[in-house]
Amino acid sequence: MEILYLAVVILALLALVFGAILGFAAIRFKVDGDPIVDQIDNLLPQTQCGQCGHPGCRPYAEAIANGEAINRCPPGGESTIKNLADLLDLEVIPLDAEHGSEAIRTIAYIREDECIGCTKCIQACPVDAILGAAKQMHTVIVDECTGCDLCVEPCPVDCIDMLPVQVTPASWHWQQPKQLIASSSSPHEHGATEDE
Amino acid sequence: MVDYLLILVSTVLVNNFVLVQFLGLCPFMGVSSRLETAMGMSLATTFVLTLASLCSYLTYTYLLEPFGLEFLQTISFILVIAFVVQFTEMVVHKTSPLLHKVLGIFLPLITTNCAVLGVALLNIKKANGFVESILYGFGAAIGFSLVLILFAAMRERITVADVPAPFKGAAIAMISAGIMSLAFMGFTGLVAI
Repeated sequence: MEILYLAVVILALLALVFGAILGFAAIRFKVDGDPIVDQIDNLLPQTQCGQCGHPGCRPYAEAIANGEAINRCPPGGESTIKNLADLLDLEVIPLDAEHGSEAIRTIAYIREDECIGCTKCIQACPVDAILGAAKQMHTVIVDECTGCDLCVEPCPVDCIDMLPVQVTPASWHWQQPKQLIASSSSPHEHGATEDE
Repeated sequence: MVDYLLILVSTVLVNNFVLVQFLGLCPFMGVSSRLETAMGMSLATTFVLTLASLCSYLTYTYLLEPFGLEFLQTISFILVIAFVVQFTEMVVHKTSPLLHKVLGIFLPLITTNCAVLGVALLNIKKANGFVESILYGFGAAIGFSLVLILFAAMRERITVADVPAPFKGAAIAMISAGIMSLAFMGFTGLVAI
């Protein structure tokens, strides 16, 4: 009979010690916030354009963390979708056409002699890249502009153009190859010839 | 020193836990469809298996044996393993949220990985000492990781290969696992432990 009590006491002791350590660990290793949202936010292009249907990149990052589709970011395009898929261990899916298509990167340019100084584009700009004051001519800070198009619509005299970004020796890069990796859906075409 | 080396060779190759002793087969089939997931699972299992092996040895030697309570070994080992896994999950969640997201459900499932309980019980059966227990657990985990990663790499290639329709999917995976197991039988007799 004695060994029975001993067994119960030893097991209870073991459970108590483990419980205490786990309880301590729960406080010591408490996860504050959701670090995955930060990682997703870092991958998004930060244009704050709202084409995904969210008010900015951060809210979209939170929505992705909660399971929204990763293909709603036209400015980021295919490369962003691929990076997100890598991070979240999802399949790469094509861009959702409903939210816009991937275009050449552009920045806004204000034709300064036509500008009447109404400040409407300043209010529309999500990244404060437009400089100017009421009744004064406005201009765009090129380095800050994300090319989100949001300032074009409110301009009453249509003096804002979206110009493609000039390629400089620093920003030029090779064209990416169109199709390098055999797709799994058509093994017959590639299976025999592919080396990798 | 040679003894320790022999334990490692024995557990990694000759008596490989997955392919020769057929322990831990569910993660072997379940987590092997992607190489990255397999690597994450291998890391987590290596950590848990080594730590669980050590903890269960300590529990047995200093708590159960002195009181003559050897019959409690299975239940107390399960307790120890559950504790180690839970603790690992908390640490991983805090330090590497990405790994935590990749492992997902599989981390808690290590609790029911029979290789973990198998190692703890085999340690007692073989009367392994302190260092031997740790090495035995570590070797078992390395062996598990080795075959899991090899198998995941093979399966990634098989999915794009031209497999006859009736063998597609799980069937060809089972067959390749069997062939791998046959290959590992070739190590029999390399070391006698």
